[in-house]
Amino acid sequence: MKFADEFRDADLARALGARIAAESGDKHWKIMEVCGGHTHTIFKYGIEDLLPSNVELVHGPGCPVCVIPMGRLDDGIAVAHEPGVIFTCFGDLMRVPGSTGSLLDAKAAGADVRMVYSPLDALKIAQQNPDRRVVFYAIGFETTAPSTALTLMRAKAEGIRNLFVFCNHVTIIPPMKAILDSPDLKLDGFLGPGHVSTVVGIRPFEFVTNTYGKPVVVVGFEPLDILQGVHMIITQIHEGRCEVENQYKRVVHDDGNPKALEVLSRVFKLRSHFEWRGLGFISQSALELQDEFADYDAEKVFSVPGVRVADPKACQCGEVLKGVLKPWECKVFGTACTPETPIGTCMVSSEGACAAYYNFGRYSRARERERVLASGEHSNGNGNGHANGAVAEHDLQPIPVQAR
Amino acid sequence: MTETVTQPGSGAAIRAASARIADPEQRVLERIAEIRKRKPTLREDAITMSHGAGGKASHTLTTALFGDILSNPVLDQLGDQAVLALPGVDQVGIAVTTDSFVVSPLFFPGGDIGELAVNGTINDLAVGGATPLGISAAFILEEGLDIALLRRVVESMRRAADRAGVYVVTGDTKVVPRGKADQLFINTTGVGTVALPPQVALHRIAPGDVVLLSGAMGDHGATVMLARGDVDLEADNLRSDTMALHGLTSALLADGIDVHFMRDATRGGVATVLNEIAQAAGVAVAIAEDSLPVHDEVRGVAEILGIDPLYIANEGKLVAVVARDHAPRALELMRSRPEGTEAAVIGEVMAEPEGMVFIHTGFGGTRVVDMLIGDPLPRIC
Repeated sequence: MKFADEFRDADLARALGARIAAESGDKHWKIMEVCGGHTHTIFKYGIEDLLPSNVELVHGPGCPVCVIPMGRLDDGIAVAHEPGVIFTCFGDLMRVPGSTGSLLDAKAAGADVRMVYSPLDALKIAQQNPDRRVVFYAIGFETTAPSTALTLMRAKAEGIRNLFVFCNHVTIIPPMKAILDSPDLKLDGFLGPGHVSTVVGIRPFEFVTNTYGKPVVVVGFEPLDILQGVHMIITQIHEGRCEVENQYKRVVHDDGNPKALEVLSRVFKLRSHFEWRGLGFISQSALELQDEFADYDAEKVFSVPGVRVADPKACQCGEVLKGVLKPWECKVFGTACTPETPIGTCMVSSEGACAAYYNFGRYSRARERERVLASGEHSNGNGNGHANGAVAEHDLQPIPVQAR
Repeated sequence: MTETVTQPGSGAAIRAASARIADPEQRVLERIAEIRKRKPTLREDAITMSHGAGGKASHTLTTALFGDILSNPVLDQLGDQAVLALPGVDQVGIAVTTDSFVVSPLFFPGGDIGELAVNGTINDLAVGGATPLGISAAFILEEGLDIALLRRVVESMRRAADRAGVYVVTGDTKVVPRGKADQLFINTTGVGTVALPPQVALHRIAPGDVVLLSGAMGDHGATVMLARGDVDLEADNLRSDTMALHGLTSALLADGIDVHFMRDATRGGVATVLNEIAQAAGVAVAIAEDSLPVHDEVRGVAEILGIDPLYIANEGKLVAVVARDHAPRALELMRSRPEGTEAAVIGEVMAEPEGMVFIHTGFGGTRVVDMLIGDPLPRIC
């Protein structure tokens, strides 16, 4: 596939991995990828296998599905059950558990819940069903918010009155601040969110370098992008620099997309506060509709229960989202909480750190186990089971059979 | 209740596994591996679309409800087909399989519901090494259905049956009130003969075996997804791969190739078949991403929607597990036939880690390939 395969070249990856290994020295590096899309890429391509064991990737809070708290989801489900409502949302939201089931369960119980690929699909459904009320449950960071905004502007321009947006759009900077203020976490740098930056540009991340003294490299979503980003952070620190760099220049302009920003400010304003799953209430961290669009605001038009539901006690999504806990360190990971019966949202979306680790990551560890047992070594105990440098030779090499 | 160490997934087995490993992360993974060996339980109160998607939920429903209540020695094999013995005959058994077709839209590039209904059932017989004798067809029709449309579907069934050299020998029709069905559902049941003991069986899969795929993945699923019109994508060259595979399977067996197992990769895709193999046969399957045949159009659609072609449905592709020294000949033979021009060796069977499928990515990493969970839901960004 042109324009994609070039960024997935195994030879380049090995060379870059070797360079990172050589330049990272003995120091233990902790680099957070902010965006869930990066987490997905890291696990999907097995990028950790190409990194030395002293370079650790910490999975950040940027999975838009994962940060939706249960109460908001219950509100959405309540609206979905209102008579005459067609409830639309993106696919990976449908399995997220509310306090009494997911949207898929609501659908099975008779609610008209439909998966859409774009808010414009919801607009089309509204046009095709003038006697129904069509609700779009909007989620996502600055990446998806402009498409919601444009949809609302079009609905207004065309006089469509039966489309409503249940707005859960959030912004990326406040949770990054919350994480940087968290005393538990010692990070060396950030892989900045590529898609968000296409809209906001790279300047909003300057507070990370200026106030907190951590380098940021905005990176793309192909596996080589991520490896290069890791290398750029290590290079910055070696050279004594602390900057916001743009690795994803083929897509991201330093100033972002002014038109998208203009559309955002026309349709949305900052909420005074918004609850984040696991992170609690963060002030000015989310968007709501401007008064001009109040007639389209599902939260104003429908009676929304608005009950705050505490996260399940066993669930440690918050610690995972902050990067304090690795997914497998959560008490219920993989046992009570699995992708088919998720307790926390991190286990639902394939961008969630837990689901990504559960679906893709388990084998690397299994292989490490085999290696350790076969060689009679003991584990290094840092819980960071990357294969040490042994990355090149697994073209269908059988694993030594373990005596049971 | 007493537990024994040998009981997979039991508390004792989990504790024993944990005790072996000092590293906490490995301990967690061991515990998960043990829990995954437990018999699945059905937790939901109502059927959701996931139960029909061919992945983990379908598997759970089939084993924990149908398999549990209807349990008997034949059903418990959980094959694509049942093999029934004939009194007094020990060389040949009767293979039976059934399948219902509810695809929407009824017509799509490269095929239609009628053709699927014939080919799908023939394939379920074929992958068990059976020779089809005949199939039945039962129709559930919605009040108001256009008869011209029904005629087109049945004519298509006739053509598919003629191509496959199989008769539709009996049938049934029911009509339900408008709104109680979506236009037209078809059930087909196939009957065939199979040599005994069956050469193709799960228990014959062994470490060292080679895994082949008869052609490119995901054509059918991607075609139907686009034909539904939910996504504004167009791909001119995308066609459903629906076709009968009994010619291919009988050619492999007639050539004397030591085929240990075959399954057609329909709902849930190739990934689900490989997981079924790993779990049912108690082996690991390792595949190489670079070796997986996928058409560019399908890769493009999958990339845009955030879906993995390994999980997209096929209607004319099979996964074959063959003895290692027979693999080159099997590949050559597959490629010499119209059903298998793009066949490839995609991986191999290993002893450990039991029950797991993993993929060596083209990028140089390795990851787990789990069963499909629910419907393949597109990622948001």
